Amino acid sequence: MYAIIVGAGKVGRNLARELIERGHEVTVIESSRQGYLAIEEEFEHAAQYGDATELWVLERSGIQRADLVVAVTGDDEDNMLVCQVAKEKYLCGRIIARVNNPRNHDHFRLLGIQPAVSATDLILRLIEHEVPRYGLVHLLDFEEERLEIIELEVSEDAPTVGEAVSEIALPEGSLIISVLRGGIGFVPKPDTVIEAGDEVLLVLDTGLEEAITAFFAPNGTSG
Amino acid sequence: MSVLDADPLSHERLDAGQSKTWEDAQGQFTVGTALETDALIQAGIERADVFIASTAGDNTNLIIAQIAQKRFGVEKVIVRVMDPARASWYGDQGLHTISPTRHAIEMFERALQPELAS
Repeated sequence: MYAIIVGAGKVGRNLARELIERGHEVTVIESSRQGYLAIEEEFEHAAQYGDATELWVLERSGIQRADLVVAVTGDDEDNMLVCQVAKEKYLCGRIIARVNNPRNHDHFRLLGIQPAVSATDLILRLIEHEVPRYGLVHLLDFEEERLEIIELEVSEDAPTVGEAVSEIALPEGSLIISVLRGGIGFVPKPDTVIEAGDEVLLVLDTGLEEAITAFFAPNGTSG
Repeated sequence: MSVLDADPLSHERLDAGQSKTWEDAQGQFTVGTALETDALIQAGIERADVFIASTAGDNTNLIIAQIAQKRFGVEKVIVRVMDPARASWYGDQGLHTISPTRHAIEMFERALQPELAS
């Protein structure tokens, strides 16, 4: 694969190093003279000096034959422009952009620049995963297997209240394994009817928490 | 007429040498950068008929012009792009670009016409 990386900061430099180690062909474009001189020794001919938002700089780097363009400068407008030009003018099959200011994420989306990766958003997502949403408790995580067991308290306004287990169209990759009611737990049968105040235990593929919460505690529980 | 600029000093520049202040002349001024959606809305982009992107940065102008067009549906959008190559490609994509560099080159050529002819 031939990849062009725009921006030789910490992200760009390390990305280039990893891709080269994996046997890919890489060009790193850096617009500051100082930044370029700092990477030139390590990357040699794979380092290019220039402003990648200038079309001739991209062309000199061989954008016409690039399989991947990654824009990871510290400037969101530059990242958007490089990716837009790569995708729409040079018909590059795959682009990846870095979002510096999470508030700009919408702009990337608007211009069709996907995926757009924001470190802030990534960390936020991790925090959300670690700190469970109100009402949802992680009982057990099998990270390797990508499975988890969670507990949810069924709220009054849940759409599943009064429904038999067999009627609930849960997303694929989720299963009710136990219901706790009045201090007693039991394995539900298909005709077990869910009541408000029940605590349901489910086994899920990771990533389904939000979808599942909507079934049992759409607005979080009050307790 | 509404001006959005990141530098509050630009507001004073609008008043300099004028008999009326910018506000007295029915002008509006908002401090903020062009990618801030809130600032754009505060500056009144939602009811704008015309949007001119002329910050010092070509890329900022090209991005913000597309935001004005695609997100806010502004009918007429004009973009200043110093780099003639970028101005020309984005022009082909349907943005109304103006490249001062291109115009300056033409003016220089015209000024040099007598010499070039001889």
